Amino acid sequence: MDIKFTNDQLERYSRHIILKEVGVKGQKKLLGGSVLIIGAGGLGAPAALYLAAAGVGHIGIVDADVVDLSNLQRQVIHTTNDIGKPKVESAKETMEAINPDVEVTTYQKFLASDNIMDIIKDYDIILDGTDNFPAKFLINDACVMANKPFVHAGIIRFKGQLMTVIPHESPCYRCVFKTMPPKDAVPTCKQAGVIGAMAGVIGCLQALEAVKYLTGAGELLTGKLLTFDALKMEFHTIKLPPRGEGCAVCSDHPTITELIDYEQAQCEWKPGQN
Amino acid sequence: MKITVSGEKKEVKDGITVSELIVEENVETPEYVTVSVNEEFVKKEDFETKKLSEGDEVEFLYFMGGGAYFA
Repeated sequence: MDIKFTNDQLERYSRHIILKEVGVKGQKKLLGGSVLIIGAGGLGAPAALYLAAAGVGHIGIVDADVVDLSNLQRQVIHTTNDIGKPKVESAKETMEAINPDVEVTTYQKFLASDNIMDIIKDYDIILDGTDNFPAKFLINDACVMANKPFVHAGIIRFKGQLMTVIPHESPCYRCVFKTMPPKDAVPTCKQAGVIGAMAGVIGCLQALEAVKYLTGAGELLTGKLLTFDALKMEFHTIKLPPRGEGCAVCSDHPTITELIDYEQAQCEWKPGQN
Repeated sequence: MKITVSGEKKEVKDGITVSELIVEENVETPEYVTVSVNEEFVKKEDFETKKLSEGDEVEFLYFMGGGAYFA
């Protein structure tokens, strides 16, 4: 894509352009690039802010929910004035206010097997900012089947983790976590709590992975799970075994070839709500 | 014997099994943890019988949600 920078853009992105890993070329890739953020919550909020500021040309954001007072402790893209507003609308307004170069597409809906493929197909890379495991498995399986890179992340209490998946090259989420945990078997943030800035740390790392993927800078967090413990203030990288060995979805002979709508694991989900 | 658990060196009894280590390390939700030893996953059905050796590097990988509830 041939993009001619305006003077304003040269100034806006000057701290990127001066980086040898980004430069004019990399900034053009960001402006010509697209990222889908699934969930405008704790993880999606900081990721969306930084990706908009970075000048990613097209950002999609998926979330069925409206802004609630209890969100504001960590979902920094929304303000007190946004309470009751659809999260995707609030997020879009903030992103557009930060950077008019960014085109934002909103999807105020739940992801399911019948809509996810159609949504992810338009994006270069996908960020998983969801809380629940049905969504995490759905995103993994859909991205593997559609060959779309994505960045998994999770946070709880004072801990967080993330990994980047390049389907059919690096291990996928299902290579590590084979099957859905039963309902309420694993605590969620609502049940266990989460420190607000944890969402910022991990959401920003997801944004960084998207920027690196689009610009080609450095090495992606593939084949590794990065964990962060804020109480110890320690990052730890867990190296993963090679991709696909016995994986139900990304091995060369997958047993899962169709998307699965698992029962919602979180206790708050209400059928029919969207 | 000495092994490495989540990047930290630990002294454990000789021939400790993965199941025993899970108890010793107070692993949360032990039924749903993924375990790797020397960068290879251990199958859940082998947790009871898989004995660890001196110098092994053990990692626990946890399910972690977080982020948005209603996407």
